[in-house]
Amino acid sequence: MRYAETGFNLEIDLTRGNIERVATDPRDTELYLGGLGTNAKILWDRVAPEVDAFSPENLLIFAAGLLCGTPAPGCNRTIVSTISPQTKLMAFSMMGGFWAPELKYAGYDKVILRGKSPKLVYILIHNDKVEIRDASHLSGKGAVETQELLRAELKEPKAQVAAIGLAGENKVFFASIEQGRSSASRGGIGAVMGDKGVKAIVVRGTKDVNMAQPAEYMKLCNDVLKYIKFRNENPIPGVMPILAGLGSPQEMRVHDEKWHTENFMWGNSRHRRKDFWNDDVEKEWTNTMDKARTRLISCYNCPMQCGATISMPGLPTYMMKCFSKLTYTMAAMSNLDFGLKIAQRATEYGVDGFSAPQVMAFALELLENGILTDKDFEGMPTDNDGKFYWLLDRIVRREGIGDILANGTYWAAEQIGNGANAFAHNNIKKHEQLPLKLSMLNPIYFLMYSTGEKINITQIEGQFPQAPWPTMEEREEFVKDWFQVPDDKFKQILLDWEPRGEKSMPLYPTVQMCCDIVDWQERMHYIDDALGMCSGLSSFPLKPPYHIHNYPKFISLGAGIEMDEEKLTNAAKRYRTLVRAINISRGMRRKDEKPPENHWKKRFPELEKELLDTYYKFKGWNNDGIPTKEYLNEMGLGYVAEEFQKRGIYSETESASSKETSTNNETN
Amino acid sequence: MKDEKKKKIVKSIRINVDKCNGCRACEVVCSAFHSNPKYSSNNPARSRIRVIRDPLADIFVPVYAGEYAVAECAGRDKYTIDGKEYDECAFCRASCPSRDLFKEPDSGLPLKCDMCESDPTLERPLCVEWCLNDALIFEEREVDDEDDVKQEELEIGLESLANKYGIQKLAEIIAKMSESKKG
Repeated sequence: MRYAETGFNLEIDLTRGNIERVATDPRDTELYLGGLGTNAKILWDRVAPEVDAFSPENLLIFAAGLLCGTPAPGCNRTIVSTISPQTKLMAFSMMGGFWAPELKYAGYDKVILRGKSPKLVYILIHNDKVEIRDASHLSGKGAVETQELLRAELKEPKAQVAAIGLAGENKVFFASIEQGRSSASRGGIGAVMGDKGVKAIVVRGTKDVNMAQPAEYMKLCNDVLKYIKFRNENPIPGVMPILAGLGSPQEMRVHDEKWHTENFMWGNSRHRRKDFWNDDVEKEWTNTMDKARTRLISCYNCPMQCGATISMPGLPTYMMKCFSKLTYTMAAMSNLDFGLKIAQRATEYGVDGFSAPQVMAFALELLENGILTDKDFEGMPTDNDGKFYWLLDRIVRREGIGDILANGTYWAAEQIGNGANAFAHNNIKKHEQLPLKLSMLNPIYFLMYSTGEKINITQIEGQFPQAPWPTMEEREEFVKDWFQVPDDKFKQILLDWEPRGEKSMPLYPTVQMCCDIVDWQERMHYIDDALGMCSGLSSFPLKPPYHIHNYPKFISLGAGIEMDEEKLTNAAKRYRTLVRAINISRGMRRKDEKPPENHWKKRFPELEKELLDTYYKFKGWNNDGIPTKEYLNEMGLGYVAEEFQKRGIYSETESASSKETSTNNETN
Repeated sequence: MKDEKKKKIVKSIRINVDKCNGCRACEVVCSAFHSNPKYSSNNPARSRIRVIRDPLADIFVPVYAGEYAVAECAGRDKYTIDGKEYDECAFCRASCPSRDLFKEPDSGLPLKCDMCESDPTLERPLCVEWCLNDALIFEEREVDDEDDVKQEELEIGLESLANKYGIQKLAEIIAKMSESKKG
């Protein structure tokens, strides 16, 4: 018997309409865990580097994490992996909600889509009954609307539905997949779903998920719940409120937005408004949020309340979480009332809440600067808010200028030319980033931004405090019960870290320490993504209930796979390397690994070079970011080394500068 | 001694729907606890508590399984409270032919909440234990046994029968009934 996982994947060939239930190899679980790990293995094995995002040979994989469907609190992530139309690299966006556990109860760990359906369909999974069904009546429907329509039509109120909106159907490069209060937004995976002709996947399951050592596993879960309770009652002192507790940043709960509105950038990630937050704004925005918010809600089996149901007057109710509360407001230089209203439409269309507002602000900047002209915006209203609604409508329908903007700021700028690329200034690896522009280089964040292959900072950072405490008392207080650290050396780094002087940024933590910190933070995220754990209870917040010391027990007692910290660390390294291998085979190199030029005002080129050199070495990669033969063999990834060899990847010259423009040219 | 009323323990779960965040942890832990061996499997479809959930309509109602009903009610109820229309029979706890709630998914056999009866006794049912938002609160209280009151009710009932059919007829029927029970 298989524990925690079901041991079966659903393979659906949309071109031929063929559906198969395929048993998986338990050895793969041991090596790559599940979720992201086994997704990466499948993509490496089956999707060649020549395969484009919109090729029928591209796969779209919906995976339930290894521990989803078990009682582990907060374990509910669906990891969606494919090739991104925007970055042309591997995309692995995730969503919370209720879909992944339901898939397990239906008897599957993954749904793997290949080929393309000739017409719009939806997939119905009800235990052993799996059907591809006509979805022509759902064409053009909103992503939230579609979920409701399908549940009603099928008379299955308990079914969980993942759906795309108009943006996905029209292959917008930042289209999302929406499900309940959650969405898998980054990397344009909704566009791949639309390209495959799949409007929605409906899941209903009533089967058992089995545990290897039931009573012992339950005790671990109870300990986690107890610790969550403790952390909820004991927020971390001396940090801003959104960093003090567990869960996603509690944007639905808090009213005080001084920090975000005055430190994050407005417009096309351009303007800092240092005195924005005042009593009048606070009063108005608090009133808006109080009226809009019906209830704070959560994902499956989680006591937190990171999301909310939002009802704006005259608009259908929708669900929201985290920072999308402010992205539209700030891109449009408007108010919260506007932000919450346009987010309703954007959620129905199914677009990423980071990229979409930025793309629209970028377009208006191009108009202001004469790179685009009024002719490109014919019919656009003159009022500020109206412009954004108009642009959103054009983008998701790919009408006029919207057709170009639908490819995101990087590709739109390439197409528009005429200096437009200077305005696509907030991308990493062609993907829009948080609107942050800061003063002095932070070496830890430099490494995370540069080398992160999630290409989204919030899903790489966590664990280690973002800034030092000014007094030794505060630092001692923090490290005293900081048992989540993999090694006590991290406590010492924190104790020695000063806001100013010799032991302060950018020279302290030292390069070596930065490597350790970044590696730890990244590792925890990768483990979460294989197990299906919400990073809000694990890799993202300070002092989380899940950590490197209790995770091995969860895996041994839950899935029945013998595990310890070292073996788990090696597994995470293995599939993290596979993600990199996929991207390397797709042309990613050192030259692509850099934060936006203007992310920090004060840069330190020599230090940055040293950071990257050292981190690459630390990770077992060569100086161009390619995993070395020796490291691959050590990780049991000899087959990757062979493929690299065959493809001549190792025989490329070591000098990164000589191929500065190669990917740009080959993708044009 | 004779004047002292008999006492009994009533166990109840106070459900505050306003506090429910819709996470279904109650279902998770219930199905795990009632699997055999204990905690060996998870399947909310086997849970004896279910959250009736319609987030967009702001409906979150944890309902735990009550008695098995052989037949469905002659009429069904549908509540509208504060403008929110609840599912048909939403608040009913019965495992009943009218719906698929509270039935084993394979056999269709009815499920009933047993307040996590176990040896040793748990302090609280686990759904309550796992609800950190306090939507479910366990209460145990001692109440007077209602025997005396029932005696009174019985007398009123018998008297009305005697008035209708005559005391003689009633006595004959009771005698016959007790005879056949003995036999």
